[in-house]
Amino acid sequence: MKSIKKIIVLSLILILLLSTFGCTQEPENKVLRMSTTTSVNDSGLMAYLQPVFEEATGYTLEITSAGTGAAIEKGRMGDADMLLVHSKSAEEEFIGEGFNEERLPFMYNFFVIVGPADDPAGVAGSATAAEAFQKIADSGALFISRGDSSGTHNKENAIWNSIELDPAGQPWYQSVGQGMGQTLTIADEQQAYTLSDKATFLAHEDSLAMHLEETDDMKNTYSMIIISADRFPESNVAGAQAFVDWIKTDQARQMIAEYGMSEYGEPLFFNQE
Amino acid sequence: MELLRSIFDLLFGSDPELRQIIAVTLRMSFFSTLLSSLIGIPLGVLLGANKFRGKAFVTRLVNTFLGLPPVVAGLIVLLLLSRSGPFGSLRLLYTVDAMVIAQLLLITPFIIAMTANLVGVNSMAINETLAGVGIGGVKRLKYFLLDFRVPFISIVLAGFGRSIAEVGAVQMVGGNVQYKTRVMTTAIMMQTNMGRFDFAITLGLILLLISFLVNSVVQHIQKVTADD
Repeated sequence: MKSIKKIIVLSLILILLLSTFGCTQEPENKVLRMSTTTSVNDSGLMAYLQPVFEEATGYTLEITSAGTGAAIEKGRMGDADMLLVHSKSAEEEFIGEGFNEERLPFMYNFFVIVGPADDPAGVAGSATAAEAFQKIADSGALFISRGDSSGTHNKENAIWNSIELDPAGQPWYQSVGQGMGQTLTIADEQQAYTLSDKATFLAHEDSLAMHLEETDDMKNTYSMIIISADRFPESNVAGAQAFVDWIKTDQARQMIAEYGMSEYGEPLFFNQE
Repeated sequence: MELLRSIFDLLFGSDPELRQIIAVTLRMSFFSTLLSSLIGIPLGVLLGANKFRGKAFVTRLVNTFLGLPPVVAGLIVLLLLSRSGPFGSLRLLYTVDAMVIAQLLLITPFIIAMTANLVGVNSMAINETLAGVGIGGVKRLKYFLLDFRVPFISIVLAGFGRSIAEVGAVQMVGGNVQYKTRVMTTAIMMQTNMGRFDFAITLGLILLLISFLVNSVVQHIQKVTADD
């Protein structure tokens, strides 16, 4: 018994020692923790910008991604120095809680409505996403909702609200609470419509077709929010500011404007003027 | 404190979705466990109580499936039931049935292995006795099923515990569709991804509670039989 106790005590000491090792290896405030959404991360944009940013500024960027709701929650809990998200209403709520004074919009793209190739609800050619949603509701064609409080889901809700229609509980409406990729897979399997960001849809392999894009009510604006040091003193505000400054340089703007051109023949993101 | 209050509200309030999720979870786990047991226990007895050529190989095969990662089971069933898969016309994907099928792949090997192990240790003496009084074949299988019914209950409940706690496979083939295939584990994942920790923790507590009840039953059964 004694030897077992000894082993336990020794291993505890070892764990403690190792954990302090980990701490000393990270230079303080050289690490910038960014919390972003799956659509930004899955599109590959961050992986593409990251090495250039790190080389230009000397910071190490640590990116975690989740749906916008969870991405913002990480900021709320002090697990991130800055947010890069795309849901105006959720961002404004967050700012209202005193985490910072402003959100910094810096790029945008458009959501798309995708669905079965034969377009049973006839949404192609609609003037607005609202009109397309009305057609889907009228036809009773299946619609898959992200249902996960993500930026995409919030946009979808805003469109339903604009035609004063509450789809929850309708037989043609399924809420799956999953990421964009899985939601597209489910929509493909069920031959259903869904609202997607364009980047994820283009990168996803399925039989669905894009029926509506680039309407005003599907504009998707990405913003940055620096987590104020007032709330979390350890927040790396200097690092976050370095990213905000860098993303506005000509070099970064050109990289964003060109991203996706070689693979899809069109840009996936546009710089905010 | 705020977290505690919202957990309390959810637990004792009347959130219709929470009850729906629990109902779907219990339905799925009940059928997964029932079918796995109906298949697994007889096969486990046959494997444990008999000596035959290739027994070591079959045992190894069962143990291999025991190590099957749930996401792989999910992937296999997803590909089989997919619209473009061989059973796509059955339209089973994203239903509770699909979740039960995926769990069969995970729980049946577990029940076979546990049963074979249990029976194997005790089979020698029983086999001799039964052979002595001239009982064989189906009758012998019946005898084993009857004789081990109490430890079998523990095995079945352990299988139930596996089923209810599993998340990877049911997420893939169930799709976490609200009011339809959303179970406790997939709901916990989703709520955590959304940053709604209170709902996630409430579900976690309920899972623990169910596990506690299941274990209480097992313990009670074991105690009763020990007193016999």
